[in-house]
Amino acid sequence: MTDLMTHKIRIATTSLAGCFGCHMSFLDIDERFFTLCEHVVFDRSPFTDIKHLGEHVDVGLIEGGLCNAENVSTLREFRDHVKILVAVGACAINGGIPAMRNHIPLKECLEESYLVAVGIDSPQIPNDPELPLLLDRVRPIHEVVKVDYFLPGCPPSAEVFWTFLTDLMAGREPQIPEAQIHFD
Amino acid sequence: MLCEIVDRHGGQATSLLQILIDVQMRFRHVPPRIMTALAGMLHLPRTQVEAVVEFYRFLSVTSVGRFDVRFSDSVTDHLLGSRDLAARLCQRLGVKLGETRVDDAVSIHLTSCTGLSDQGPAALVNGHVLTRLDGDRIVQMADFIDQGMDLDTWPKNWFKVEDQVQLAGLLLEGELPLGASLERALTLHPADIFSEIDRSGLRGRGGAGFKTAAKWRFCYEGEEGAVPGDPTIARYVVCNADEGEPGTFKDRVLLSRNAQDVFEGMTVCAKAIGAQHGFIYLRGEYRYLLDSLLRGLKVRRLRGLLGRNILGVEGFDFDIEIHLGAGAYICGEESALIESLEGKPGHPRNRPPYPVTHGYLGQPTVVNNVETFAAAARIMAYGADWFLSVGTPESSGTKILSVSGDCERPGIYEVPFGSPVSDLLRRCGADDPMGVQVGGPSGTFIGPDEFERILGFEDLPTGGSMMVFSQARDVVAIARSFTHFFAHESCGFCTPCRVGTSLLGQLIDKIAEGHGTPHDLIEMTQLAAIVKNTSHCGLGQTAAHPLMQTLERFPERYQERLKTLFFEPGFDLDGALEVSRQMTGREDAHAHLTQSG
Repeated sequence: MTDLMTHKIRIATTSLAGCFGCHMSFLDIDERFFTLCEHVVFDRSPFTDIKHLGEHVDVGLIEGGLCNAENVSTLREFRDHVKILVAVGACAINGGIPAMRNHIPLKECLEESYLVAVGIDSPQIPNDPELPLLLDRVRPIHEVVKVDYFLPGCPPSAEVFWTFLTDLMAGREPQIPEAQIHFD
Repeated sequence: MLCEIVDRHGGQATSLLQILIDVQMRFRHVPPRIMTALAGMLHLPRTQVEAVVEFYRFLSVTSVGRFDVRFSDSVTDHLLGSRDLAARLCQRLGVKLGETRVDDAVSIHLTSCTGLSDQGPAALVNGHVLTRLDGDRIVQMADFIDQGMDLDTWPKNWFKVEDQVQLAGLLLEGELPLGASLERALTLHPADIFSEIDRSGLRGRGGAGFKTAAKWRFCYEGEEGAVPGDPTIARYVVCNADEGEPGTFKDRVLLSRNAQDVFEGMTVCAKAIGAQHGFIYLRGEYRYLLDSLLRGLKVRRLRGLLGRNILGVEGFDFDIEIHLGAGAYICGEESALIESLEGKPGHPRNRPPYPVTHGYLGQPTVVNNVETFAAAARIMAYGADWFLSVGTPESSGTKILSVSGDCERPGIYEVPFGSPVSDLLRRCGADDPMGVQVGGPSGTFIGPDEFERILGFEDLPTGGSMMVFSQARDVVAIARSFTHFFAHESCGFCTPCRVGTSLLGQLIDKIAEGHGTPHDLIEMTQLAAIVKNTSHCGLGQTAAHPLMQTLERFPERYQERLKTLFFEPGFDLDGALEVSRQMTGREDAHAHLTQSG
């Protein structure tokens, strides 16, 4: 990690099948964000609105699981370009709330939403090629790519993000204290 | 009708499971209204009744068929083609596996090992045992079921269960005269009974090998500070006949031909520890033995060997009750078994305190294996020296083994402790063994360079299951089957086991189906350590053994299945879009995904 001493760490973030809650929690590091920005530079991220990852990115933070084909493509773009891929929060790690639809067959979900529910005008299943196709089940990201670290929580607290990134910046193996990931 | 069932079982909350088993038999399920009624009659919360119904596999909230067929799904049954037979029966009868046909005529399920590995493929139909199934029988069976033919009219030989004792030793040779050991025990003070059993070196035959005399003495003495043998304290003798470890069937044979020895051993124990009540916890799969066991108990009562004032000794009262299990492997764990005896779901208890001081209803309880009681009876009759004449210093006496799998002569072998595995392999006619699963899935898998290891507590302890696998078998498939067995049988009480065993199952599926990468093997090894070290009871602590032991011995069998890629999903990624493609009619480039990045 010696190059990190001289170069700023490049971080990319995204939210797949998530609620952006993890990103909001990340921002809860508040004024420490300025300290962070002295050491890191954001690549593709909702913070920058950059659409695709640069060639060499150090850390990729993934919020949310996989619910459609676009999620899979985005995740793979991250895996291909980042050195360290991190599953952030319950949905990335386990599928979370979006995975509750896994108990209902996808066909029934789509029919209920677009064909049979009360109040639907001109029922049809949207099929524009612009729209990503849904996967039959919502999956955690580690089922599709190798994940290097997992930050648990719904969302992980700001402290977890801070500990994780400051450990990385200091060149240490990240170690989240139990108190920060102990929820009951 | 419900009142009659409840009364028959004494109307106690502890009989809940026994009552529900009868209800299930009567109605082919446990209707919600009956759960409500039972909760009222037994003064239990309705949720507790529901919890019991949901816990045991032989109880159901939806109706099973008038013919309820359950194919034994042990790996040894697989080797004999059981899965194929089950599929054929389903197909002929037009019913899906695990479901009940719309006309309620039939339901077909898979169930964990039914204890007939030496004469499989086996199945249960309405609780009756079918052995040596084959394609012809499946065809006929389908006809019988479709014609609604009563089980009494099915060919008798289909239900034939053979003992197949291939080698008899101390316990299976000859007959112990009825009451012989009890008469000797009556001449002895409890301390002398303990010391005789202690001198014989008898250790628990269920696999763990705890010293039997110590267990009995702890129960007699009670907690620290208690008066040893305090007659005001109720103590219990429990015989663990929940022989669920896949590949084990020696207790079935003991209970069919030597049940009196087992009863006698329990009575000797009762005499020693001062117990008045005994239970045999008989696994539901062995229900077909119930009538003969009840007859055996009746004989003892008539002979004054059970009941009040046994053999004329004033105040020596003891009787034995049989409780049935209902298809839960975990109930073989002694504290789960006690929970089940109390009519509750079979969740293992926290230990300590141990059952010897806090067992059935919180009272001091001895729980021993069927074989242990049978051995204790003979030791009492013939003396400790007789038992010590066989075996090794650490493991005296013999061990009854259930041998199944790829060998000429499967069945029961009673061998002296200290015999090498190779000796047994020769006897049973295993020509070309690749490995032996000693002690069932929770035991040890050994490969060819370990066949000289000896059976005994000093090397290879075993509850009695010996599954032999030939060179033609796929070791990864075997480990996979055992891993799914544990995931299926996890009681769900603790997270590391409930979730961990399922994740292990998914990982081995991924590897076995050719989607695994080196990363997955590392992942599996790490997960195995977590499941082993953090699970609540022995089930979770041993659930990863099959994977880890075979990985250690046959790493090449695993590695040859791995992709050289960094990572690949364990499921068909493009297939996961199929429903969406069909419903939208799309076939454009974005409507597909490649399997590996």
